[in-house]
Amino acid sequence: MAEMISLSINGVSIRVPAGTMVAAAVLIAGETMFRRSVSGEARGPLCGMGVCFECRVTIDEAPHCRSCQIICRDGMKVRTG
Amino acid sequence: MTEARRTVDILVVGAGPAGMAAAVRARESGRGVLVLDDNPAPGGQIWRGGQEHSPSARASSWFAKMAASGAQVIAGARIVDGDAKRQCLTVEMPDSAFEVSYDKLILATGARELFLPFPGWTIPGVMGVGGLQALVKSGLPVTGKRIVVAGSGPLLLAAAAYFRAHGAIVPIVAEQAPVSRLAPFASRLAKHPGKLFQAAALRLALHRSRYRSSCWAIRASETERLESVQLQQHNRVWLEPCEYLAVAYGFISNVELAVLMQCQTGAAGVRVNDLQETSQNQIYCAGECTGIGGVDLSIIEGEIAGYAASGRDDLAGNLFKKRDKARQFAAALESAFALRDELRSLADAGTIICRCEDVTRERLEPMRSWRSAKLQTRCGMGPCQGRICGPILEFLLGLHPESVRPPVFPARVETLLRQEEETRPT
Repeated sequence: MAEMISLSINGVSIRVPAGTMVAAAVLIAGETMFRRSVSGEARGPLCGMGVCFECRVTIDEAPHCRSCQIICRDGMKVRTG
Repeated sequence: MTEARRTVDILVVGAGPAGMAAAVRARESGRGVLVLDDNPAPGGQIWRGGQEHSPSARASSWFAKMAASGAQVIAGARIVDGDAKRQCLTVEMPDSAFEVSYDKLILATGARELFLPFPGWTIPGVMGVGGLQALVKSGLPVTGKRIVVAGSGPLLLAAAAYFRAHGAIVPIVAEQAPVSRLAPFASRLAKHPGKLFQAAALRLALHRSRYRSSCWAIRASETERLESVQLQQHNRVWLEPCEYLAVAYGFISNVELAVLMQCQTGAAGVRVNDLQETSQNQIYCAGECTGIGGVDLSIIEGEIAGYAASGRDDLAGNLFKKRDKARQFAAALESAFALRDELRSLADAGTIICRCEDVTRERLEPMRSWRSAKLQTRCGMGPCQGRICGPILEFLLGLHPESVRPPVFPARVETLLRQEEETRPT
């Protein structure tokens, strides 16, 4: 069994295996909308490899983090939208 | 802040198969090697997630060679600028930045997926084929999820098999290419040593009702959550319920950094000579960024670049024949999965083309150049800097991106300021 770590997605705490990428954790938490586009559309990951910037979220108060390229850390606070 | 400046014999950008092969051969030739990669770990996209997710014997062997080589790898490194004359790159890390000077630079920046817009392609749940696969490799469970796989290319089959192996239901794989092109390709595959498995898989798939040729996605349910996708094959149109739609139309070479370094590019990718040297002195290029050719070709090109950059042209030369063979295969691949014209009309007037700036097709139709599209609509001006919409505009409207300006990726102000200080005469 992989070691589990805890983080919060929009204030809700979840546990994921260590090594999980933030984008995967957000989807595991049941959120599909990662950000709002400039015209207000809901958006989520597209390329999965750090190119498209559609999966941007706020991590520990830092905005515009590419969630598909960042591995979850214990205690991390992630906000979407 | 960490150290501000580094110097290295050979700098490799990209730690996928080509970059790893280049680094290993350069180290064997006695050179100091630093490898920079934007991803959290080496492996590139095809070997993403390391050995655990890519258990092939070849991947394991290259990971082992890489670990034993003594090449230094910095993951999570974003290249934001470079200067071919001064032979250096500016690198941004999550909380620092530095400049690295090189004697030789090997670009192995790989490829990204080609996305073609259709109504509903911006809904969360519609992702790239490699895109969704990367997320699954990154820890997304798909057990019991319905995933429609669509688009074009051999990755569709590989990804569908991967999703099924992870418990997903893949009701259909929709390939735009016609069977008249796929069947000869499948027989050709069988003649390539090492491709027997792929050949068998493709032929099996062609005979399975769930693999549809001449079939593509025309619309995704336009709500805030994906519920179904509308597929079309010949005159038949139907709804396929799904939780994810994995759709992409092959690959586009990542040439942005090479262009910034003033390397010449052609229709396929960065131009290189026999030794994988670009038009710029001291800069080599290997793998998918020289044209889409698959993992076999990427490794061989990487090895050649690694040897050549270390002055071992003799060892590089031994690999030319092997590379020729791999290139023939790449050409066959390209012709089998050539994109059909109908795909140009999938996006309607209101379909968003530039996802960063939400620019629709109708606003782009009157544009006669990439530059006017940028200036008048902001298309390509968002954080992806045209990486997603650039190839789309080229396919739909025949507009070519003209140049690349730094920063090639969005950079922090501190990184840019530091750079300014460093280039100022003292």
